[in-house]
Amino acid sequence: MAAIKAFGAYLPSRIVTNSELAARLDCEPNWILDVSGIEERRYAVPDESVASMGVAAARECLDHAGLKATDVGMILVSSGSSERRFPGPASAIAHALNRDGIPSIDLPIASAGSLFGMAMAAPLSAMHGNVLVIASEKMSAIAMREPMERGVAPLFGDGAGACLIGPAIDPGAGSARIIDYILHSDGAFADDLRLEFDAPLAMNGRSVILQASRKVPSAIGELLDKNGRTAQSVKVFLMHQANQNLMDRVARALDVEAARFYSNIRRYGNTSSASMLIAAAEWWRDPGPAAGDLICFAAFGAGFNWGALLAG
Amino acid sequence: MDNKERILAIVRKVSNQTAAPDPDESLFDSGFLDSFALPDMVSELEREFGIKIPDSDLNPRKFESIAKIQSYIESRM
Repeated sequence: MAAIKAFGAYLPSRIVTNSELAARLDCEPNWILDVSGIEERRYAVPDESVASMGVAAARECLDHAGLKATDVGMILVSSGSSERRFPGPASAIAHALNRDGIPSIDLPIASAGSLFGMAMAAPLSAMHGNVLVIASEKMSAIAMREPMERGVAPLFGDGAGACLIGPAIDPGAGSARIIDYILHSDGAFADDLRLEFDAPLAMNGRSVILQASRKVPSAIGELLDKNGRTAQSVKVFLMHQANQNLMDRVARALDVEAARFYSNIRRYGNTSSASMLIAAAEWWRDPGPAAGDLICFAAFGAGFNWGALLAG
Repeated sequence: MDNKERILAIVRKVSNQTAAPDPDESLFDSGFLDSFALPDMVSELEREFGIKIPDSDLNPRKFESIAKIQSYIESRM
C-alpha cells in the first residue's frame, strides 16, 4: 500500500464573522454558533478561484514534503463548487504547477471528495508514483446565492487542502502508511443534498444529519473491525468538518472522547471536500504523527458518498 | 404500555419535554424534534422495540408524528 507523505492548506485571508452574516440573514450570531459550532469562516476574494486556491494548497504540500512539482505523477482534484461545467479545475491546477502532460483528474464529489481522492490515490501511486490529491472549494459563491437560507448560508466557507500520497518505500518521518479504506455510495438520497446549476444549495438537513450520524460511525467501525483495531486505539480522527454537533455525535457512537476528533470548524466553517485536508494539514503540523500512531480519516456528503481511511 | 405510549415516552425522553404532542402533530414543527434529536429517537426506537431500522427507511417524514412512527414501527414488528 501507499503512504501519506505531507499535507498542505490554503485559507483566504478575509474573515467573515457570524455577526456579519447574522445581519444579512436576520438571525442572532449566537444562533449560528449554537446550531453549527461555527464562529467565523473565510471567503475568497473575487479573483481567487477554486483552481488558484488549489494551487496554493498544493505548493504548501509539496514544500512540506520537500519535493518539487516535477516529482508528481498524477493529480486528483476534488471540488463541488468549481466555477464551470467543464473543464474542471484539475487541468488548470496541473498547468499552474507546470505539470502539463500528467493525468489530472477531476472528482466532482462535494464533502467526501478528498477522502475518495486519497483512497483512489493509494493504488494509483503504484503506477504513477506520487499522486497529489487536492480539494478546493469556493462555497461562498454558492452560500451567497439568493434566496439565502439562514440554516444553510452561514455553514460554509472557502479554502483548499492538499495531500501527497506516494509509494510506501522508506516513507520517513512525518509519513503514515495507508493501511486500508472503505468507501460507500447510495443514490437513494441524492436529492437531499444537491446543487443545481445557478440555484441555491438544496439541503434536507434532517435527512443529512440522520444518515450521516448512522453511516459515518458504521463505516469507521466496519473499517476498524476489518483491520482488528478499535476506536480507542485511534490517536486522532480527521473528519470532514461539517458540523461540530455531528462530530461529537460520531465520537459518542464510537465511545471515544470528542477531543480525539480534531476540529477547526469554529474558525473555518464547512469548506466541503477541502475541510478534511485542511484539518489534516493543521494536525500534521502540530502535533503531527508519531511512530505507531493510528490515524482515521472519515467523510460523508452529497450523493450520498461516505467512507473512512486508516493510516499509521 | 401500548405501542403509542412507548413511542410517546421516547419522544419525551429525547426532547426533554413532558408535554404530549397530538398523534398527527408534526414533531419538528412543534419543537419536539430537531435534526440531532431525530437520530437519538431512531436509536431509542430500535432499542425499545428490538428492531433494526435499515438506512433506506431513514426518511425523516416516516418519523414526523407519533401516528407515523407507530404505523412504521408496527409494520416492522
